[in-house]
Amino acid sequence: MFDLVAFIPRAVVQAIPLLYGCTGETLSEKAGVLNLGIPGVMYVGGICGVIGSFLYEQSTGGDVNAFLVVAIPLLSCLLGSLLMGLLFSVLTITLRANQNVVGLAMTTFGVGVGNFFGGSLIKLTGSAVPSIALSTTSGYFSRTLPFAKSAGVFGKLFLSYGFLAYLAILLAVAAGYLLKHTRIGLHLRAVGENPATADAAGIDITRYKYLSTCIGCMIAGLGGLYYVMDYASGVWSNDAFGDRGWLAIALVIFTLWRPHVAIFASFLFAGLYILYLFIPTGTNLAVKELYKMLPYVVTIIVLIITGMRNKRENQPPAGLGLPYFREDR
Amino acid sequence: MDSRSIAVSMRGITKTFGATVANDDVSLDIYKGEILSLLGENGSGKTTLMNMLSGIYFPDSGQISINGQPVTISSPREAFEHGIGMIHQHFKLVDVFTAAENIVLGLEEKGKLDLKRAAARIREICDAYGFDVDPQQKIYDMSVSQKQTVEIVKVLYRGADILILDEPTAVLTPQETEKLFAVLRNMRRDGKTVVIITHKLHEVEEISDRVAVLRKGRYIGEMKTSETNAQEMTNMMVGREVTLNINRPEPKDVRPRIRVEHLTVRSEDKVLKLDDVSFTAFGGEILGIAGISGCGQKELLESIAGLQPVESGEISYLHDDGSAESLLGKDPQEIARLGVSLSFVPEDRLGMGLVGSMDLTDNMMLRSFRRGSSVFADRRGPQRLAERVVRELEVNTPGISTPVRRLSGGNVQKVLVGREIASAPTVLLSAYAVRGLDINSSYVIYDLLNQQKRKGVAVVYVGEDLDVLLELCDRILVLCGGKVSGIVDGPGADKSTVGLMMTRLGGEK
Repeated sequence: MFDLVAFIPRAVVQAIPLLYGCTGETLSEKAGVLNLGIPGVMYVGGICGVIGSFLYEQSTGGDVNAFLVVAIPLLSCLLGSLLMGLLFSVLTITLRANQNVVGLAMTTFGVGVGNFFGGSLIKLTGSAVPSIALSTTSGYFSRTLPFAKSAGVFGKLFLSYGFLAYLAILLAVAAGYLLKHTRIGLHLRAVGENPATADAAGIDITRYKYLSTCIGCMIAGLGGLYYVMDYASGVWSNDAFGDRGWLAIALVIFTLWRPHVAIFASFLFAGLYILYLFIPTGTNLAVKELYKMLPYVVTIIVLIITGMRNKRENQPPAGLGLPYFREDR
Repeated sequence: MDSRSIAVSMRGITKTFGATVANDDVSLDIYKGEILSLLGENGSGKTTLMNMLSGIYFPDSGQISINGQPVTISSPREAFEHGIGMIHQHFKLVDVFTAAENIVLGLEEKGKLDLKRAAARIREICDAYGFDVDPQQKIYDMSVSQKQTVEIVKVLYRGADILILDEPTAVLTPQETEKLFAVLRNMRRDGKTVVIITHKLHEVEEISDRVAVLRKGRYIGEMKTSETNAQEMTNMMVGREVTLNINRPEPKDVRPRIRVEHLTVRSEDKVLKLDDVSFTAFGGEILGIAGISGCGQKELLESIAGLQPVESGEISYLHDDGSAESLLGKDPQEIARLGVSLSFVPEDRLGMGLVGSMDLTDNMMLRSFRRGSSVFADRRGPQRLAERVVRELEVNTPGISTPVRRLSGGNVQKVLVGREIASAPTVLLSAYAVRGLDINSSYVIYDLLNQQKRKGVAVVYVGEDLDVLLELCDRILVLCGGKVSGIVDGPGADKSTVGLMMTRLGGEK
């Protein structure tokens, strides 16, 4: 019998990093910036949180302040992702370098940075296994809502997550509202659709692109932090983050650039992603591999369906990936 | 008239792009409550000059004053603050937004984004000047003229009292142009100042109070419209005497070339575009096609060129020995090999036939790269051709290795038409060849078409300007709603008769 009550919370915690990445990437893509560096940014976000938390835990010797133990990793993560966002913005927006190339380079760079510092910290602790455990910090990050244990199935399904999980959903809802219903969102979308038009309308293209890319990176970075501190219970090991960053980018296309759709889509994606763990034991291993394909198969199907319906609103922002220079014709 | 006060004064404006001097020491005054025509050939710097007024470009040197106050306009937003709004030739609209969203775009009003209130104000403006805009309609669902209306409303919504229109009529039908001019007159009555960039002389005469002429980036002079005439304005624009008559050599050695019988075509969404169209195009003559835009002109040419699926009917190519070869079922490449060449200038000019980011030589190669036996494409031929087109059509370009999209609209077109003519066709299908071209370039194109006619090429010319069709063509086929309304002989044809035929089948009252 398929255990839905066990499956859904597992899918949700799997979904949260994807949701962060997707919300962040959607914001920057809506402003016409295709940031393929998101996997790297999430990786850097994770390791920066780890570094902050590691240094704080070391300096206090286990006797931690409840506020600082959350605030320090959070701020280090945001700072690290912001720096990555700024790097990407300077290269692609100010210097108008090719966004695809810079993005891919950023991903390689981000993973390298993460593994370098991760490796160094592991050396510092001198532990026998190649990982760092920050269980004190993680304890605070994964603290569930009250009544999670006592409210039965309801508690398990809705209350059993750390605060970053709820923040992810809030941010996605807020981003969806921002894009659809506010003047800032209207301007942002105009910048992504047709920068020349936005420029002629007096919108500061550079500012919008910088802000959306940097804020997008910071949101995506939180996905990395959530992964380490909550999902992985504070254990950092190199390369454990896997291909979640790429999944997040696939999710952006899957959701047709709509952050509020991303909430459900990320749950679906994550569910499909881990479905193979829930197939009955004894099933052929080859079948298991087929299950792992599901998220990608679904993305392709969605692309085919939206392609056939061919609605203009479902297309990527028209200016996506293109640098803008006012006096260029 | 000393009561006029100066709204905008530009002094000593110079702007260069790399090695090209777009504006050289231009000084121009614009008065309140007048309609000023800014006249000049393609690439004479009209648009650049106005772009500096609207904050798109920043002058290298010179001073702009508004209502007597010296100002610097470094962004479009600052231009709005000074009450200047520009309607660009290439519309600055976001396709996936509604009209209302486009109109409020960039405004920093207090409070929440309230599209309902915006829609109400848009309707007010529409009622005041006689526009027709649905605020909820998406831009990609709109016709060119509707998009232009949105642009104008956008500028008025911002409270502009100086409006600049860059070649507003280039893409409009005569009826739409009439409507636009009525609106512009309403604005003038309202005390607004209008600058209209154009090179259509009869429009200058019809709408404007005053005309200023630019040539090669320099200010040549200004005069009252009522005190000048088309000949004088042309001479000032071109800088030498130009005759305003189009040649029509007697057709010689005429032989049938393309025969179209009972052609019926439906568009993708099953709308009837051509209905039982039959005619023959002869080598050695120019067959004009007249009609209100969207009456099947495009489908007709595309069917002949093999780009459009045909529902029923027959199109045949007639060889010199009189034998007929059906063109239906052939792919465009085979048809092109028979010598059928299509140059279609779409409304956005770059859309068909040229690749914007490629240079002149490479664009010439698009026609010829399949020829030759070696695995390497021949570059020298296209390069020579590019040089010849630049020289003969006086294309204003820094060189043949400049990407086409860097050229001004008219020059882009010369490249396209020049290339098609150079492919030495037996049938030359040309649509809107002079769309947006200035008078001098237009005459160069007419000459080219006549040359082809003398060589025995069957020229099919789809045009917008009825006067030109009447002067240039040997026969005119009038389309009305996809049906043939009639075929008239060019010499002796009467403008009002043809005009009536365009609107009613057969031209009956």
